[in-house]
Amino acid sequence: MPGEAGAGGTILEGVFLTISTTGIPERPATDLGFLLHKHPERAQSFSTSHGTAHVLYPEASAERCTAALLLEVDPVALVRRGKGKGRGGAPDSALAQYVNDRPYAASSLLAVVLAKVFKTALHGDCKAMPERAAAPLPLRIEVPALPARGGAALVRALFGPLGWSVVEAEPIALDPEFPEWGDSRYVRLVLEGELRLADALNHLYVLLPVLDDAKHYWVAPDEVDKLLRAGDGWLAGHPERKLITERYLSRRRGLAREAAERLELVRLAEAEGLDVEDVDNAVDETTDTEERPVPLAQQRRDAILSALRAAGAVRVLDLGCGQGQLVQALLKDPRFTEVVGVDVSVRALTVAARRLRLDRMGERQAARVKLVQGSLAYTDKRLSGYDAAVLSEVIEHLDLPRLPALEYAVFGSARPRTVLVTTPNVEYNVRWESLPAGHVRHSDHRFEWTREEFRSWAARVAGEYGYEAGFVPVGPDDPEVGPPTQMAVFTRATTGSDENTDENEKEGRA
Amino acid sequence: MTTVTDSTADTTTARRALPVTDLSLVVLVGATGSGKSTFARRHFKPTEVVSSDFCRGLVADDENDQSASRDAFDVLHYIAGKRLAAGRLTVVDATNVQQEARRQLVQLARTHDVLPIAIVLDLPEQVCRERNAARPDRADMPAHVIQRHRRELRRSLRGLEREGFRKVHVLRSVEEVEAAEVVLERRFNDLRHLTGPFDIVGDVHGCSSELETLLGKLGYVDGRHPEGRTAVFVGDLVDRGPDSPGVLRRVMSMVASGDALCVPGNHENKLGRWLKGRKVQRTHGLAETIEQLEGESEEFRAEVAKFIDGLVSHYVLDGGDLVVCHAGLPEKYHGRTSGRVRSHALYGDTTGETDEFGLPVRYPWAEEYRGRAAVVYGHTPVPNTSWINNTLCLDTGAVFGGRMTALRWPERELVDVPAERVWYEPARPLATDAPGGHQGRPLDLADVHGRRTVETRHHGNVAVREENAAAALEVMSRFAVDPRLLAYLPPTMAPTAASREDGYLEHPAEAFAQYRADGVERVVCEEKHMGSRAVALVCRDADAARERFGADGVTGALHTRTGRPFFDDPAVTEEVLVRLRTAIGAAGLWEELDTDWLLLDGELMPWSLKSAGLLRAQYAAVGAASGAVLPGAVDALRRAVERGVEGVDGLLDRQRGRVADAEAFTAAYRRYCWPTEGLEGVRFAPFQLLAARGRSLAAVPHDEQLAWLDRLVEHDPTGLLQVTRRLVVDTGDEASVRAGVDWWLELTGAGGEGMVVKPLAALVRDAKGRLVQPGVKVRGREYLRIIYGPEYTRPENLERLRQRFLGHKRSLALREYALGLEALDRLADGEPLWRVHEAVFAVLALESEPVDPRL
Repeated sequence: MPGEAGAGGTILEGVFLTISTTGIPERPATDLGFLLHKHPERAQSFSTSHGTAHVLYPEASAERCTAALLLEVDPVALVRRGKGKGRGGAPDSALAQYVNDRPYAASSLLAVVLAKVFKTALHGDCKAMPERAAAPLPLRIEVPALPARGGAALVRALFGPLGWSVVEAEPIALDPEFPEWGDSRYVRLVLEGELRLADALNHLYVLLPVLDDAKHYWVAPDEVDKLLRAGDGWLAGHPERKLITERYLSRRRGLAREAAERLELVRLAEAEGLDVEDVDNAVDETTDTEERPVPLAQQRRDAILSALRAAGAVRVLDLGCGQGQLVQALLKDPRFTEVVGVDVSVRALTVAARRLRLDRMGERQAARVKLVQGSLAYTDKRLSGYDAAVLSEVIEHLDLPRLPALEYAVFGSARPRTVLVTTPNVEYNVRWESLPAGHVRHSDHRFEWTREEFRSWAARVAGEYGYEAGFVPVGPDDPEVGPPTQMAVFTRATTGSDENTDENEKEGRA
Repeated sequence: MTTVTDSTADTTTARRALPVTDLSLVVLVGATGSGKSTFARRHFKPTEVVSSDFCRGLVADDENDQSASRDAFDVLHYIAGKRLAAGRLTVVDATNVQQEARRQLVQLARTHDVLPIAIVLDLPEQVCRERNAARPDRADMPAHVIQRHRRELRRSLRGLEREGFRKVHVLRSVEEVEAAEVVLERRFNDLRHLTGPFDIVGDVHGCSSELETLLGKLGYVDGRHPEGRTAVFVGDLVDRGPDSPGVLRRVMSMVASGDALCVPGNHENKLGRWLKGRKVQRTHGLAETIEQLEGESEEFRAEVAKFIDGLVSHYVLDGGDLVVCHAGLPEKYHGRTSGRVRSHALYGDTTGETDEFGLPVRYPWAEEYRGRAAVVYGHTPVPNTSWINNTLCLDTGAVFGGRMTALRWPERELVDVPAERVWYEPARPLATDAPGGHQGRPLDLADVHGRRTVETRHHGNVAVREENAAAALEVMSRFAVDPRLLAYLPPTMAPTAASREDGYLEHPAEAFAQYRADGVERVVCEEKHMGSRAVALVCRDADAARERFGADGVTGALHTRTGRPFFDDPAVTEEVLVRLRTAIGAAGLWEELDTDWLLLDGELMPWSLKSAGLLRAQYAAVGAASGAVLPGAVDALRRAVERGVEGVDGLLDRQRGRVADAEAFTAAYRRYCWPTEGLEGVRFAPFQLLAARGRSLAAVPHDEQLAWLDRLVEHDPTGLLQVTRRLVVDTGDEASVRAGVDWWLELTGAGGEGMVVKPLAALVRDAKGRLVQPGVKVRGREYLRIIYGPEYTRPENLERLRQRFLGHKRSLALREYALGLEALDRLADGEPLWRVHEAVFAVLALESEPVDPRL
């Protein structure tokens, strides 16, 4: 039952790594014990917030010494921590629950434990033999199951530039009985090279959670400092610095915040066994096209703005506003006195509000803009009485059978004087080099239309609701396949109005 | 219509009655010190009176701070507006001697469609002065204030009716004030005390013969029903047809004798104006009526004029459950009294646009109607009547050769007679749909958005929080099947209480005990299939789907527990529906249940079919990670032990145990996965028939249910349908309970997910009248590894897991169950789509409430 699923993943295999070194009689491998501040002949245990960490040495000779770090995670404690009232023994904050009971992040946990158990080594301190701590030594590190978003290739890209002579990342199959399921998101990682122990530990400390990317949250406000400290000497020159920093900091924080905002949606997604990302509507327009010099998204906005100006619209609805790029563009032109961004995705609206800096906007500006959650599967009285409505790259995100409801909500109920609809022209797809043949431009596109299909749809809708439809190409209008984006401009037909109809006229007409 | 009472006309009466309409805005008018507050206190409830002094105090801490007047009146208007919107009599206690102040109040009354009434206290200056002097806070008020008030008052007196006050009562002395007595009057349109039964008759338009036939069919004998029923005419008695005078004669006599009620139509209104000698265009069939009336006597015409003049624009009947008017009326106008209410009742509303025939486009008010009262009306000729959001248009165009239709109330039965001929050619073809009925009667966001309370008949009010509704809106809008086909979402189900049995977290004994405690003697244990929940709406054919659900081009739907289409490919869905349809037909269930559609709840297998993502992300991932890590970890520990490192033995044992647990875990999920190709390998196990035409089947006992379902499976030659094994247990009989436990052990021992224990009688209440859980799940020991992890059976883990708290989950399960039942009941009762959708949507919203997902 997918609905009750979720917690299977709390199990924590994966929380294990070994650090080995080799030595010679005058420089015995067992010095590793000094460097790690953990005696090779003893098994030591440390209690951490996630369970018990054990450090022990499977081998410890002058030639070869291996330290193993094993975290016995307490899965029950993970989800029971802060026994919730009335929530089925779930943690007090739903956040904790939904974070922890994912197949998380052995690596994030390991990073936390590394920092705790090998704190001094991580800082490069060693009172007993400071010169050894400051010098490289032959190291072999093995993490048998490392969650890696981005796969083996990213693992190599991250560890490769850091001076390791061997970076081995081997994907682990999900289930040998079901080869069609493919690989899991775990890889077996082996690093070998001559490095300072502290550097090696810092690489792990930063990169394990970066590879894990998500689903495990830090609340510490000093995360930037920590990153700078741990990345000292290697992060600044790392070719993947941007990805590392983003994943480590902003993205993780953003996710934490978004997760807090969207937990209800997370639960509905999980009821279907989906990831919330698959359900959310916050379409990232940059994934849609990447044409230089002027990106298509920009051209689309320009086309929309000029059509709105031509229609003389001043009060405008952006239906399906996503992250608010068009709203932002509209606000830059003072002629648009009222701009309402509507989206069904609360997350998209939150991002839009942040992008527009709504909370810091002056009163006069703020009065011009409103962001509201709404859905075009329903009629909505709040949307009546506007000059124009824009549906930019929206209709293709609806299943065709549900399009009539949108048509009614927009053309029948809200009934603005002008409606602009843009949608991809599927004929143009052959011109996208990056798009495999037969693929839609965005995974959530339920359909993409040819020019003919779009025009006949627009003509039918216009006829049905008393509009006239014109068409405008957006982007380079290819002689053979047309423009990448097609836009329809609907104008409400003015067949007279009965505002002046006198009582007599009105009466007999039943 | 304005009433003015004045002392000069009526000085001798000892007690003087001041009629006040029960829903109105009463404006007291009088100089400071004239005793308005005392008067208000004596005649009205304290909460009915809003005083400007009090509002001044609210905003400025000083009831006499004149500088705060503007804000104080804003507050006063706001409060009065809220009261009027809620339909409560409101009295404004302020001097109101200035015309501007009164204008605002008249405007306020009109905004809320209630009558403004003025009660004037025109007392001598001396009296006012003495009274003010006696009040410490007003003792030093300058004399000229009273004088000015009095001057302004006198100037105003004669113009009050013109200002819009519909009743004006003037009291000129202390004695008159003493003698006055406020008498509440019912509004003319308020006939809630009349309960009928009624026969509501649609537009007649001079079709006298058809009217007589219809009245006869309804059982009236010469204008009177032997069982005392009351006819209600929705207006448009006249024009276009052959015998408007005959119709008028019949209706007028029935109204006069109390056998009928009548509301005016736009055609009566226009005829009335002609009768009064006004200039009107003799169009739209009026010419015919005039010609017919010219053959009648002067007296008859005068009677008609009087009759029309006395008609009330709409009636609220039967305790407020029924509203009758000519052209329809939104809820906020029910029982209200204003020009625009009358105008809407007579003419309806238009969008401001005109159609291709040059006629105004009607505003689809019925589409938006969400009121509890049924609104029955006419005005717009339609080929067929149908309820839309609890409204019904009865004009079936008799005069245009259609039919004349009546509605029996409260039976809600339609009775009609065909037109004898086409009496008049319509200006535009009859609409193919009732107004607002096109495009599948769209749902409105206000029906689901924000914080809501859904009334359920089995479990009272169920609240939906805003953030949950927001999440549901996203999923519903972007992924769900057409809401018209989404009549039900399955509720969540609570597990049984934790078991004390060694090695078990869940065990049937607790489930049986719980039901025994709830007073449920017989329960049915049903095998729990490990797949994905699927709800199937199966229509007999595309016509049935169109007719009942308004959906074009499909024959049903197959959706998941969140309303998504189960299969991306509509052809696969259709193939499932075809197989179900064939089985239903072969089993004879269409006839037996007298239906052409069925709603089924079941489980679709294998699990891997729908949950590949989940398997990959969670279950198989755990297996993969454990397989990669544990051997190495065990090996490292073993070598440490062999080296003589102390204190590692326990750890080694635990890791070895984990290896076994992880293997058991992988084995557990693998059982529910197998490859499929199209429908090859797919199984559907239905476990409940939810609804059929006009009937919710949710309360049908499970043994009957399972008998139906067994027949379905029997009649499916394709192997898609799978039987649900079951065992009935007597919760009071030890042997029976033991048999239930054994059955479960056997089931789960063979790799089954577990079972669901349900009261055999399905819908059951306990001794206190509360709903009993419709089922509890008892999951198998091995299966629970998937949920709680490979190592959950370790004693220390079990001990902690047993403390799991079920209260919230149980409450959620009951609330969702009640909402599901509600949706089915609303569907069965033929309630508007928005009402069904409201309940379905609420289930989805509740599914986003925080609860431990492992329960």
